[in-house]
Amino acid sequence: MNIEKTETLNIRSGEDIVRVRQNVRTKALAIGLSLVDQTRIITAASEIARNTLDYGGGGTVQVDIVSVSVRKGLRLIFNDTGPGIPDIARALEDGYTSGGGMGLGLSGAKRLCSEFDIRSEVGKGTTVTLIRWK
Amino acid sequence: MARSKALLQGVLDKNADPLVARWVELQRKALKSGQLEASELESQSKKFVKALQSAVVSGDIESINTPAWAEVRDLLEEVTRARALQGFSPSETATFVFALKEPLFEYLRRECGKDADKLADEIMTASTLLDQIGLYTTEMYQKSREQIIQRQQEEMMELSTPVVQLWRGILALPLIGTLDSARTQIVMENLLQEIVKTEAEIAIIDITGVPTVDTLVAQHLLKTVEAARLMGADCLISGIRPQIAQTLVHLGVELNVVSKATMADALSLSFRRIGKVVIDRKTKKESGISESAAD
Ligand SMILES: Nc1ncnc2c1ncn2[C@@H]1O[C@H](COP(=O)(O)OP(=O)(O)O)[C@@H](O)[C@H]1O
Ligand SMILES: [Mg+2]
Repeated sequence: MNIEKTETLNIRSGEDIVRVRQNVRTKALAIGLSLVDQTRIITAASEIARNTLDYGGGGTVQVDIVSVSVRKGLRLIFNDTGPGIPDIARALEDGYTSGGGMGLGLSGAKRLCSEFDIRSEVGKGTTVTLIRWK
Repeated sequence: MARSKALLQGVLDKNADPLVARWVELQRKALKSGQLEASELESQSKKFVKALQSAVVSGDIESINTPAWAEVRDLLEEVTRARALQGFSPSETATFVFALKEPLFEYLRRECGKDADKLADEIMTASTLLDQIGLYTTEMYQKSREQIIQRQQEEMMELSTPVVQLWRGILALPLIGTLDSARTQIVMENLLQEIVKTEAEIAIIDITGVPTVDTLVAQHLLKTVEAARLMGADCLISGIRPQIAQTLVHLGVELNVVSKATMADALSLSFRRIGKVVIDRKTKKESGISESAAD
């Protein structure tokens, strides 16, 4: 996988989440994602960015335009050094929330992407990677 | 440094009036005509030189962050805030301080006569002082701009959430922009107030202008619908674009609310619900925006 372009944004406030969505929108347009795919990846980004802020205590997202031969994609790597997730399988269940949300962010984001990866260590932090291929 | 202070103090005492006059002249040259009233500029400049005089007398001139400089700082803040509000650029705002250099240095030169070393010392000291004052002005400008932007954002927040009455008993809430928690709170309160005030039976929430509907936005919407219901009004949601509808399905979000493609469709349905029909005058037939409006 080639990284054609990379940029890292901070996620420290609600406004930062708006900026993340805008950044993802611009790049999704740049690689020519369809309207539906744009909406999917932006919405997934919004979910994970919100988790990074609300549960991870803030962090960063690396927004990459990637390619494998002629195929392009958008990869987002969210990172925080928050409390981590003790039971990832449970967190991925539809409807599970520890904070009064709808509990559909992680599972929904997973369904909205081509590839989804989550790593978390209690006391160390959480990293979520999303890819949407064209 | 005591000597420097004495000299600067002397210059300010002896030449305050011509200094102000020359300073004002230079400022007026740097500004566009009509940007500031001449009288305002003059009174600001006079006040400032007076404050500078007393600060130099009672405080030390190495740092303007000491209590002796409070009056100078207050004045700078006042001048800067006024300029930021009037739309001055940062450099136009900073002219207030930097235009003082030339006349001040000129009077220091006259005072020092032929003593070049002394003059260099004096100018260095005065220059450091004015730079500090200039930086302070820039900081104040920045702060004022931030305050202005924040206020505008707050105003926008209220401006962009109007509740409009489409018919007796029918309200519409066209949402535009990002629905963060702070805004949703305002939106919800506005809507509930209007429902009570107008005794509305139906509220149409239009989300055509909401770019992203994630689970947080969906939750806010559902809470609003729930609260409206408690106040006795049913909500319809309109303007859910196809790509957003699809995304909501993937997220697993079910909006258990009647939804219509457009606000017009939602209005047609609302008419039916309150027992009104729209009749075409020529054909005498009932008319709606689209077929789906009749369901
Ligand atoms: N970055 C994170 N750090 C710690 N816990 C997290 C993080 N992201 C998600 N979680 C946990 O996973 C749960 C499910 O997340 P999600 O599916 O987005 O639902 P919601 O945000 O509605 O709670 C959260 O309630 C939280 O307990
Ligand atoms: Mg979430």
